Amino acid sequence: MNMLKRFKVSFSKMFNKLFKKKDACIGIYGPPNAGKTTLGNRILKDWGGTEETMGSVSHIAHETRHAKRRNAISIEANGHTISLDIVDTPGLATKIDFHDFMEQGMSDSESKKRSKEATEGVIEAVKWLDDLDGVILVMDSTENPYTQVNVTVIGNMEARNLPLLIVANKVDLPNADPAVIKEAFPQHPMVPVSALEGVGMDTFYEALAKQFG
Amino acid sequence: MIYVQGIQLDLISEAKISQMASMEKVRYIIDEVRKGKILVLEKGLNPMEEAKLIEMTMSAIQPDVFSGIEMQSYPANADTSLLGKFFKKQSNKRLTVIGPANQLKTLKKDRNLISALVSASK
Repeated sequence: MNMLKRFKVSFSKMFNKLFKKKDACIGIYGPPNAGKTTLGNRILKDWGGTEETMGSVSHIAHETRHAKRRNAISIEANGHTISLDIVDTPGLATKIDFHDFMEQGMSDSESKKRSKEATEGVIEAVKWLDDLDGVILVMDSTENPYTQVNVTVIGNMEARNLPLLIVANKVDLPNADPAVIKEAFPQHPMVPVSALEGVGMDTFYEALAKQFG
Repeated sequence: MIYVQGIQLDLISEAKISQMASMEKVRYIIDEVRKGKILVLEKGLNPMEEAKLIEMTMSAIQPDVFSGIEMQSYPANADTSLLGKFFKKQSNKRLTVIGPANQLKTLKKDRNLISALVSASK
């Protein structure tokens, strides 16, 4: 490479570093089985441009035990295109008992292995909080929203002054009550969706662009 | 001699907790809870300390020995006034109850009430 080319490359890198806006890095958080990976998969299906998924989903808690990041996902909403890096995180919990996995039909050794991996996943999810520009907090709208995980995630975002979007998931289920979530955390925007059925996703993308764009 | 079985409940004042550094608080809570105590903190932890407590609890989990903690505190009161929204001020003075997950079970929780069941079974 001659001197002029080298100069051009260096200048371009420096220019990009100085002026190019870095994509916001957004974490998908929530308790186990709230539908975080289902939401991540839905976003990738709608905007990923490939058949790739965030991860597998299961009715057994702690299916996601490692954070997974997908970069530069372009989402069109409100007449604009925003580009986000999205991190699907393992479900946050304050307790993990391997007996709960055994009750789901897993063997003793499988349950202990899953339990160990799940604890590591929670630690990974907590550590990611330091490196994010915002959070999508997924709640199961058939469950009581006043859980410690929700309180802690919201408190962390407020203390760091970072944007937060609450997703009231599973509105396709008959006992879903997203209004209870809105009532619990009225200071933050909330979007009711069914990530599984794709219900409410247009409103979700509009809220996403507004919060993180 | 009569032996009385029960569960130790420690009510910890704001003064005691506020003298400790963040790591000291988290270490203290985990050590006490692992002994089987239920702690009620007059002033809860701040959100970063809560996250650190979750992280350290996960490191302490051992099958058939310690399955984690049950922790409940009220959500912070949202200041919906114009100034409150502008400065995003929040109160972190929140009563918090923490205990071993196999002995403390939350029955009901809303903005103003935490109802819990404490059991002696381990």
